[in-house]
Amino acid sequence: MNQLTIPIIFYIFAAVTVLSAAFVVFSKNIIYSAFSLLFTFFGVAALYVFLSADFIAVTQVVVYVGGILVLLLFGVMFTNTIMQTELKADVIHVVPGVLLTLLLIGGLLFAFYNASAAGGWMPGMMQLQGSVVERIGFETMSRYMLPFEMVSIVLLVALLGAAFLARYDKAHKKEH
Amino acid sequence: MLTEQLLSIGLNHFLTISAILFGLGMFAVMTRKNAIVILMGVELILNAANINFLTFSKYNGGMDGVMFSLFVIVLAAAEAAVALAIVINIFKTFKTVDVSRVDTMKE
Repeated sequence: MNQLTIPIIFYIFAAVTVLSAAFVVFSKNIIYSAFSLLFTFFGVAALYVFLSADFIAVTQVVVYVGGILVLLLFGVMFTNTIMQTELKADVIHVVPGVLLTLLLIGGLLFAFYNASAAGGWMPGMMQLQGSVVERIGFETMSRYMLPFEMVSIVLLVALLGAAFLARYDKAHKKEH
Repeated sequence: MLTEQLLSIGLNHFLTISAILFGLGMFAVMTRKNAIVILMGVELILNAANINFLTFSKYNGGMDGVMFSLFVIVLAAAEAAVALAIVINIFKTFKTVDVSRVDTMKE
């Protein structure tokens, strides 16, 4: 019984992730896509917990669900006028797209399973276990100091650039 | 043998999920016309890459994958902000976010 619980929970979260991601991609309605993306992000966060990366899971929920998803919903609301009742999204090149996607997934899975069947991927001596927060703190302040500072500067510049790009343009408005 | 493999959650399970997520994201990028749905596809691709980072980090025992997945999340936030600003500008200029009808670089 105890042996079955963890695989069952894993498969439930895997199914939630994959099915909601498929709904994001195949739904015609953009609002439905955005809300389905919510379940994908939560499912991926649960998978991170299975990978013993609890801090990354919480960050995923805070940043993706709290930030990026809200931003995407704002984008949907901004770019579809209220009078336009249907929020439809057309598709192009469906048949080549499906073929390429199946080829891509098949190729990736073939490569993964082939490598593991040939004994190419041996697990390391020590696997990550328990909470990873303390080790993230140590790594951030020692080996990953420079990338950490660089990514903070990149984030600042990107946010300034986004605010500059999306601001209300007076000169542009006067022309119309 | 097969049930044994299905019940012991290992490297291949996570890699399979990430491959499926990556394929779905690529499908959205390739076939959808709406720019915002294309952004959602990019987010799916980034999530798939993150799952791969964390999987290999867990089964290797090192911290490199965990740190890089953290940086990926930060850069995804920056990317979403800038991309949505660009999409809003496209909407102001062309009155549509249909990427197949955005065909001039100058007003």
